[in-house]
Amino acid sequence: MNILVEILVCVLLLIGGFFVLVGSLGLCRLPDVYTRLHAPTKATTVGMGGILIASMVLMTYEQGYFSVHELLITLFLLITAPITAHMLAKTALHHENRALRRTRSQHLIASAREQQPPAAPDSPNHD
Amino acid sequence: MLNTTIFIVSGAVCIALVLNLWRLLRGPDLSDRILALDTMYINSIALILLYGMHMGTNLYFEAALLIAMLGFVSTVALCKYLLRGDIIE
Amino acid sequence: MSRSFWLPMPLHSLLLFVAWLLLNNSVEPGHLVLAAFLAWTIPLLCAPLKTDQPRVLKPLLAARYVLRVLGDIVTANIDVAILVLSPMRKLQPGFIAIPLDLKEDLPITVLASTISLTPGTVSAEVSEDQKWLYIHALHITDEQALIAEIKARYEAPLKEIFGC
Repeated sequence: MNILVEILVCVLLLIGGFFVLVGSLGLCRLPDVYTRLHAPTKATTVGMGGILIASMVLMTYEQGYFSVHELLITLFLLITAPITAHMLAKTALHHENRALRRTRSQHLIASAREQQPPAAPDSPNHD
Repeated sequence: MLNTTIFIVSGAVCIALVLNLWRLLRGPDLSDRILALDTMYINSIALILLYGMHMGTNLYFEAALLIAMLGFVSTVALCKYLLRGDIIE
Repeated sequence: MSRSFWLPMPLHSLLLFVAWLLLNNSVEPGHLVLAAFLAWTIPLLCAPLKTDQPRVLKPLLAARYVLRVLGDIVTANIDVAILVLSPMRKLQPGFIAIPLDLKEDLPITVLASTISLTPGTVSAEVSEDQKWLYIHALHITDEQALIAEIKARYEAPLKEIFGC
């Protein structure tokens, strides 16, 4: 097997694996539900992207014709990741999950839940 | 070299799955558990693709695509259920 | 019959055509015919479900926007990875309300998705009158600068692309 292709595939795989691991580590380490939303939805898009592109390169090289159908999964994940994040953020808001104490502008949580324009910072909703 | 790398990356994805499982069991809220489940779906796609690369076949691609679609739909359905108490209004 | 009757959603047709070819991983004539057939009939069946949305007026600018977002996703991931691996004490999360200049559903959806995919921000909710977008940021150093950057980097091109 061509050494250059092998190195390329290995580097892509290692990048992908690193980001998948960091995403899950973030899921464990981050302190509250809103911050936890960030780690997996972001890190898995590039992590999966790396692994899928590596698979694409390897399959193209081994089978001798363009094997691009992994792009479909990459595209699907890229389109669905923000929707999942949005739905989860909505759910967390709806369940009135406690944000981290030092989170800034917590008075926005109440108006975001009610889908209203932001209330003034000194309103009674502020805690 | 390639086989070693695939082994290492599979190990990393497995550790990631265990971390997700920990979050799934620990909670503390339902939205945390759904988030953990969604991440588990995505990580299992990675694992299936790595296995496909190890075996050198294209056959596992369809399985990965199906898991991606089912994972997305089930996450959205669960969120919708928690939001409204109903999936189809 | 008019063109919009026989080909109600040209962009969706193209997407379906490409997706079918990708799914089968081939460009054989048989698959081309089948892809063309599906790309023609599925939008025809789905046309009654369509709601009026602003059209993409500048495809070239849209392509550049997609490339820029893809580049930003990579930097987003590096930023988030550094934040996740550094001590949690230093983290300063917060909610931000961004005033929206966009009006229609589709541009706002695209903007919200872009914000979710890029550095340390997740869009959480849109206000009922579609004038405010609530986002949660993982690490805020300067709130006003973040709002200005999002408006200049993502909202302004979208406004130009959709022409609203």
